[in-house]
Amino acid sequence: MFKKLKTQSLPQLITISSPIFLLLLWEICSQYALLDPRFFPAPTLILTTLIQMAESGNLFEHIYISLTRIILGFALGVIPAICIGLLMGMYKYFRHFFSPIIMIFMPIPTLAMLPIILILFGIGEFSKMITIAISVFFPVAINTAAGVANIDRIYLDVAKNYHANAKDFFFKIALPGSLPVMLEGIQMGQAIALLTIVAAEMIGATSGIGYLIWMNYKAFLLPQMYVGLILISFFGYFFSLLLRGFERKLLPWK
Amino acid sequence: MSKIQIEQLSKRFVKRDKYIEALKDITLTIKQGEFVCLLGPSGCGKTTLLRILANLEKPSTGDVIINQTDKKKPLQSMVFQENGVIPWLTVEENVAFGLKMRHLSNDFVKERTEYYLQKVGLSKFRRLYPKELSGGMKQRVSIARAFANDPEILLMDEPFAALDEQNKFILQEELLAIWQETRKTVLFITHSIDEALLLSDRILLMSAQPGKIIKDVAIEMNRPRSIEKVRSDPEMTKIFLDIWEQLQSEVKQTRLK
Repeated sequence: MFKKLKTQSLPQLITISSPIFLLLLWEICSQYALLDPRFFPAPTLILTTLIQMAESGNLFEHIYISLTRIILGFALGVIPAICIGLLMGMYKYFRHFFSPIIMIFMPIPTLAMLPIILILFGIGEFSKMITIAISVFFPVAINTAAGVANIDRIYLDVAKNYHANAKDFFFKIALPGSLPVMLEGIQMGQAIALLTIVAAEMIGATSGIGYLIWMNYKAFLLPQMYVGLILISFFGYFFSLLLRGFERKLLPWK
Repeated sequence: MSKIQIEQLSKRFVKRDKYIEALKDITLTIKQGEFVCLLGPSGCGKTTLLRILANLEKPSTGDVIINQTDKKKPLQSMVFQENGVIPWLTVEENVAFGLKMRHLSNDFVKERTEYYLQKVGLSKFRRLYPKELSGGMKQRVSIARAFANDPEILLMDEPFAALDEQNKFILQEELLAIWQETRKTVLFITHSIDEALLLSDRILLMSAQPGKIIKDVAIEMNRPRSIEKVRSDPEMTKIFLDIWEQLQSEVKQTRLK
């Protein structure tokens, strides 16, 4: 027990120490002007700026707006992606029908479609959610289809041998069997959603974390800009932890 | 009374533009309550024959008839080779799988699952997932699932092939104990002569590709049997050697091809 604790804690210690080391290095270099502090303000300065911005109140508004866009857009993309992915995995005619469409649209960066999205859906909140939805859709749909296709044949035989009907086959075999690969797709989608929202807010928004970064850069308020970067890093990490936890709950058998 | 009737059955596959004859002219009858082992060199088509009986594959020609005595019972249930246990279902859910798929009443499903969990000694492990089980325990789950489903016949596809010797002996005896209670008709595939001698009433020896039945041996040794008894019985030793020789020559033939 004690030995196990020791062998486990060393890698953990190293994992924690690397970002601390980086922050320390940054702090020292910035304090002693080894790095130009105008461009690389010290972490402590960024932290105090963060607190100031939080106290003044509008920081939370930007966060709230970005998170709403991400969460709703994410749901808007993931739900149809799972449905279509499952259909593609289960029925080859669906697969043959949908895969060329996916192949055509997937290589286009969603941001390049932003003008069309703006024309179709206007400049309101909905168009931002659609942008996220589209970017999330592809990895999730493809992974879900692959997840179903990769279910070991023997489980299909078991289901058939024990006379599972279509509904039972779906809920007892196809859905749980494809879940691990599907969740990998959702993890990927989560990362892409964050990338997309920041970039989309930089281009065409007057609020949100991406807007915060861009405006503060233009105004040369670099500590404020760094606050935006830190927020994104934080939320990215937070979401992936959240999904990881979710995954553990959903896949107790893994 | 005949339980399984196979007539003039053959199966051909297409592989790289060539026909491969997996099974050829198989005709046989299996009686109600018989434990039959299908013995043959690997690649002789014994699994194909079982899969046809399991309705997982269609024969190219010929017929298979399984005699149904009770309309409510499923025709057959299969115990798969290793990995037939579904990883995302618990031990309990796996055992109940066949019954659940038939949408029987919850009380009934519960009672039967309970009974067979007890039979294979897995009551304590009911809430575990297969990843937490040893190979032997997984095969117990697979056996319990098939028996719980209460089919007309049981099909077993080398269920113990991946187990170590000790576990194999234990599971063989457990299987016999459950079987003796239910007296189901069983068709059991193996490539181990020892296993066939221990388990079966009748051994069907298959030739190398194309698979044909080349020998039909009745094993009349009294039950309950044990591996010690089988090994020390002179009659059984004679049958062993007989089958051994035949198998050897079959395997050599495939080498020469």
